[in-house]
Amino acid sequence: MIEVNELTKRYGSKTAVDGLTFTVKPGIVTGFLGPNGAGKSTTMRMILGLDRPTSGTATVNGRPYAQHSAPLQQVGALLDAKAVHTGRSAYHHLLAMAATTGIPKSRVEEVIDIVGLHEVAKKRAGGFSLGMGQRLGIASALLGDPEVLILDEPTNGLDPEGVLWIRNLMRDLAARGRTVFVSSHLMSEMALTAEHLVVVGKGRLIADVSVGEFIEQASHDSVLVRSPRSVELHDLVAGPGVTVVSVERGAFEVTGMSAADIGERAATAGIPLHELTVRKPSLEEAFMELTKDAVEYHAVNSPELATAGKAA
Amino acid sequence: MSTVALRYPKLKITQARVMKSEWIKFWSLRSTVVTLAISVAVFIGIGLLASSMVGGGAPDGRGPDLNGPVGASLAGVNLAQLAFATLGVLFMAGEYSTGMIRSSLSAVPRRLPVLWAKIAVFSGVVFVIALAAAAIAFTGGQAIADGGASWSDPGVARAVIGSAFVLTGSGVLGIGLGALLRSTPAAISTVFGVLFLLSGIAGLLLPDSWSTVVEYFPSNAASSITAVTTSDGSLGPWAGLTVFVGYLAAVVAAAAWRLKRSDA
Repeated sequence: MIEVNELTKRYGSKTAVDGLTFTVKPGIVTGFLGPNGAGKSTTMRMILGLDRPTSGTATVNGRPYAQHSAPLQQVGALLDAKAVHTGRSAYHHLLAMAATTGIPKSRVEEVIDIVGLHEVAKKRAGGFSLGMGQRLGIASALLGDPEVLILDEPTNGLDPEGVLWIRNLMRDLAARGRTVFVSSHLMSEMALTAEHLVVVGKGRLIADVSVGEFIEQASHDSVLVRSPRSVELHDLVAGPGVTVVSVERGAFEVTGMSAADIGERAATAGIPLHELTVRKPSLEEAFMELTKDAVEYHAVNSPELATAGKAA
Repeated sequence: MSTVALRYPKLKITQARVMKSEWIKFWSLRSTVVTLAISVAVFIGIGLLASSMVGGGAPDGRGPDLNGPVGASLAGVNLAQLAFATLGVLFMAGEYSTGMIRSSLSAVPRRLPVLWAKIAVFSGVVFVIALAAAAIAFTGGQAIADGGASWSDPGVARAVIGSAFVLTGSGVLGIGLGALLRSTPAAISTVFGVLFLLSGIAGLLLPDSWSTVVEYFPSNAASSITAVTTSDGSLGPWAGLTVFVGYLAAVVAAAAWRLKRSDA
């Protein structure tokens, strides 16, 4: 369980994180979403006590991270794949990390096997590829077999197999009751992994909702209509609150009217339909729409989204 | 939910464990081990070289007298100080330049135990090695030099132990400056400036009446610890030691303050 309350970080006149409040619950994967520069990494660093908040608090399992007697057992973090001395081997890096808290050597060997670095564990970490560095970062996050995992862009630099591996690892940990908090700017990735989303833009909370709710709130379903008499049908569905966009000859997309309504109007007018498809917006599209709003409204929260945040 | 606590029930950060971690860090870097070996080689090598010239130099105190045969055998201490200081800088600032510090501080989020452990492990390892090196340099030097001194001569044991102490202290200065400046090049230049250039430049620029002040500079204070006999005007060995330790304490305190206060 991670609880972030009114967390704010200013660098001079620039506000990186602005009054963030949210809770990350155990048992599910929570995605931390936002465009680059939205304050995701800064927030994660403040949760781990690496950065000092200007105001507000962040606690992990009820206490500030630094006040736990065995922090590595509470939180495993992958903040930056480059948080390793380039001259040291992966094995010795993990051994030194483990030693601080009394984690046995056997666990070091275990996490090396879990992340699949066995072959290169005794080699200098400086020679590692981005993907190998990422695996080493995940190995150190797993060292204390922690209850909470904080992963900043864990799939960065991984090949498709590695991405799949991380995804399964996160789901598996969540299924075992762990708290998994993972940041990304790739919506498609979150759609496949996360159950819950905390969305930020410009350091502010945009939404704190389940993935399904997020898509629903952020964007409306559209209906793809194909008909040989599309011009006539176009005039039948057009009206206030309905948007019709031509897709190609004989087809258009309708937002603001349900597929059932369109079908009934077509039937009443005797217009044949060749296709009537409801299109659910992807997470990617929903996200684009939300962050676009965040940019437009700057300081003012969109009322619709503020409600979404409260509802969650 | 807490399968964790059952699996490793006794996990806890202790200062001893953080020291063990720093011990692993120290020995698992080729750069630290190589720098340590070079530092020792420089220290002993210069001492032996200087010793071979004792007695062969010009009379009337000109030539490489260097406080007699003892001073000659320990003549490497000046240059070795820079090498050991560099070792200290690498040990600390290397964590900042590589990003390792973020791992170190997430493992030990209270932070200060990391600095104490680094200083303790470094001092322990370096003092033992520097003391052995000083003993080798002294013994070897006396064997080479004409009219060598013996361990029982006045001031000899103090000079040998003092050399090891000054070398260790220079390394701690490197650690402190590394933590304070968070940059290997900046910390190394500062250490070189303080230990090597400062008193020389001050000697050239300041009027003679300031010479008492110059004796309080770190390098001068250090020299009075390692010298067998102190010349007029310079600090005595114990006064020098106090001044030198004072500098170390000030730098380490500033480093601790910055480590605790600022973002990692």
